[in-house]
Amino acid sequence: MKRIWQIYVALMVLLVATVGVAYVHLGPLNVPIALAIAFTKAILVILFFMHVKASSKLIWIFAAIGFLFFGYMVGGTLMDYHTRGQPYRLPR
Amino acid sequence: MSDRDLSHQFEDLQQQSESADMGMWVFLVTEVLFFGGLFLAYAVYRTLYPGAFEAGSRLMDIPLGALNTAVLLTSSLTMVLAVHAAEEGHKKPLVRYLILTMILGVVFLGIKGFEYHHKFVEHLIPGPGFEMDSVHRQHAQIFFSLYFTMTGLHALHMIIGLGVMTVIAILAARGRFSRTYSNPVRIAGLYWHFVDVVWIFLFPLLYLVGTR
Repeated sequence: MKRIWQIYVALMVLLVATVGVAYVHLGPLNVPIALAIAFTKAILVILFFMHVKASSKLIWIFAAIGFLFFGYMVGGTLMDYHTRGQPYRLPR
Repeated sequence: MSDRDLSHQFEDLQQQSESADMGMWVFLVTEVLFFGGLFLAYAVYRTLYPGAFEAGSRLMDIPLGALNTAVLLTSSLTMVLAVHAAEEGHKKPLVRYLILTMILGVVFLGIKGFEYHHKFVEHLIPGPGFEMDSVHRQHAQIFFSLYFTMTGLHALHMIIGLGVMTVIAILAARGRFSRTYSNPVRIAGLYWHFVDVVWIFLFPLLYLVGTR
């Protein structure tokens, strides 16, 4: 139970960090950092609040598969867009 | 009590619990892909029009968004406490935490509604009435379309979640749950946490794009 409160505090700290970093100019690093913090928060909620860490491997597999296929979808699609040639590049 | 709570197709309570969890996770996987499609659309259009996304995101209210994130994270906490109470067989704390979770959910929706109203007043709803003082005016509508679609779908999930919680809370108040039977509370919690996780990603992607 104490662990749950610790996780909650960690989530709040990460929330403050997310907002704080948004006000600091880090150029191209801003996006990966914001996503990294979001991922960390999500992992904490999934592992501890959703009790996946304490669950059987079967549950682990189902949880992981969801995000794995989401990764395929985004990865494959962006791979296409990022390798398109001149006609598809639009003026910024 | 034990025997009544065990459905005949399961060997024991542990298998029954795990089946319930697995069933909800299978559903949540479909939800990941459901929201995932919108996140993918976001990724593609942000890649194509980064300036428009920054311009649009700068018009978002960060304090309100951050407050809403805190509200949802807290509601996940109260949900965990509710599940814990259910598994211990403590009825009063269970009902109390369920109601707290629901109140926080309503607060979230209230703040969201206020934000939507503000967008309407500021002419930021995509369509003929859209007005924005920026060189990115045209493509910013894509950002706002995604904003309304993604947060709208999320809000719909919140409303459904509140409906589910209402049923669970009523059942809990009637003493339906015990140490041996708390599956519905736990898997309702899984759904609630999932909706929270979706928002955890929505917040930085929609509110924190253009650095101030």
